[in-house]
Amino acid sequence: MTGWLEASFTTQRPHAMAALTRYFRDIEIAEEVFAEACVKALVDWPENGTPRDPLAWLLTTARNAGLDRLRKAQRQKRLLAHHAADLEAVDQPAPDPDELRDDVLRLLFICCHPALERQDQIAMALKIVGGLTVGEIAQAFLIKPKTMEQRITRAKKRIADNPVAFETPSPQERGRRLGDVSLMIYLMFNEGWSTSGGDIQIRVTLCEEAIRLARLLVTLFPGMGEQVALLSLLLFQHARRDARTDAGGKLVALEDQDRRQWDLSNIAEGSALLQKASRLNHLGPYRIQAAIAAEHARAASSEATDWLAIEAHYAALYAIQPTPVVRLNHIAAQARTKGAGFALAEMAPLADELDRYRWYHTMRASLLEQISDHRAAKAALERALELNPTEPEGAVIREKIALCEKNLRPV
Amino acid sequence: MMYAITIYGESGVFENLPAAKQQEVMSGHRALQEELDKRGDFISVKLMPPSTAVTVEPPATADQKPLITDGPFAETKESFLGFYAADFQTLDDALEHARMISSPIARLEVRPIAWAGGAISSE
Repeated sequence: MTGWLEASFTTQRPHAMAALTRYFRDIEIAEEVFAEACVKALVDWPENGTPRDPLAWLLTTARNAGLDRLRKAQRQKRLLAHHAADLEAVDQPAPDPDELRDDVLRLLFICCHPALERQDQIAMALKIVGGLTVGEIAQAFLIKPKTMEQRITRAKKRIADNPVAFETPSPQERGRRLGDVSLMIYLMFNEGWSTSGGDIQIRVTLCEEAIRLARLLVTLFPGMGEQVALLSLLLFQHARRDARTDAGGKLVALEDQDRRQWDLSNIAEGSALLQKASRLNHLGPYRIQAAIAAEHARAASSEATDWLAIEAHYAALYAIQPTPVVRLNHIAAQARTKGAGFALAEMAPLADELDRYRWYHTMRASLLEQISDHRAAKAALERALELNPTEPEGAVIREKIALCEKNLRPV
Repeated sequence: MMYAITIYGESGVFENLPAAKQQEVMSGHRALQEELDKRGDFISVKLMPPSTAVTVEPPATADQKPLITDGPFAETKESFLGFYAADFQTLDDALEHARMISSPIARLEVRPIAWAGGAISSE
């Protein structure tokens, strides 16, 4: 049965960890007793059959294991006295769904503690909620397991020093938590998607974990359009994973990708979710980004893409997120609808602000190429190369520089 | 008689399985589909995760419209994952075929398909 049951534990883990963390007010204990319950299930389930409600079984077993522990442990005496009333009552093994969704959100929110650096927040979520091992997380972030272990221990301490309230949150507070947690999930995906090297497989795992968490949020809060849109966006993006690198591991730009390699089931689910999100009355940044991703996903080629629609989406995104990077994306779409010359003129005012942004220079280079200004294109690429590109990006840039040089040579 | 083989389980567990186990589940489905294909028409449906669903609730009173809500609520228990529908000679025949897709992550139910005018029959 090994392998089959572990998959079920992984599925139950976020809910179980969330309920146990509230129950014991301690993430460490929750992790330990959940692991203990899983070990018991490995013996019990094959013998007595898998329970119809595995979560309830795991929770009851974990709670009882934890209570045994608390009764035995001297150091927990005070805690036991304090929560005696709660801890005795194991009356309701299956938690109330409303309570459970706030529990899961709280657990994720605890991981997003503002005292933690972003990468540590993501590492905590992967460890506590996703159940990844320290070794796997270390591999994903390209650091030594020992260092990761220390960082997680430190992060847990910081969280314990400044606990998140265990009361039911107000609607405003719930909204704020959802926003923070969603951003963490979005950045977890980007961390996996970014190409700063490392083992491809573990980085795909990071993307899959982010999708799993986004899916969890949608299951818990089906009426929240931004969270539905976030899941949709991640699925559209993830659909391109096999097409974005070639056989040699080199990055392939969206316009050059073999679209037959895009994962159609991801795209189908992304589309279904985007339609669902669109029914809900809201227009947030995730929904607009998902709409842009959907335009790419449904186009047979770069030429066949509805660039006018994409340009309109970026204009809408810029209206609610007026950042230079969003503006640059908007201009990239305008380059398709209004031409390279127009786009270059629009980019000029961003030159100072985005001087340290590699993509500003590579995009400028490709527009300059289009108007056959090879000399300026080469200069722009050389600037991009100064800005510490990742290895796969650097390889692409150097290749383009060589092409400019070839074009500069008299025929 | 037309039978449905309906599949229930925890949504997302399949995705969490190691690749070898996923292959094991899929090969059962492929074998069943090949087998059913030889015998004639059949339907096989895999549903997307419950997160994609929208629920239409009956109206509270006769003069109201049905209420559309944005999904089944936080359900941690098993859900309806998909089904097959095909013509089988006997119940035993249907059960024999259901066995081909049995796995530790799914509970299967074999049930005859009803029609407004009675059971659809192959005769």
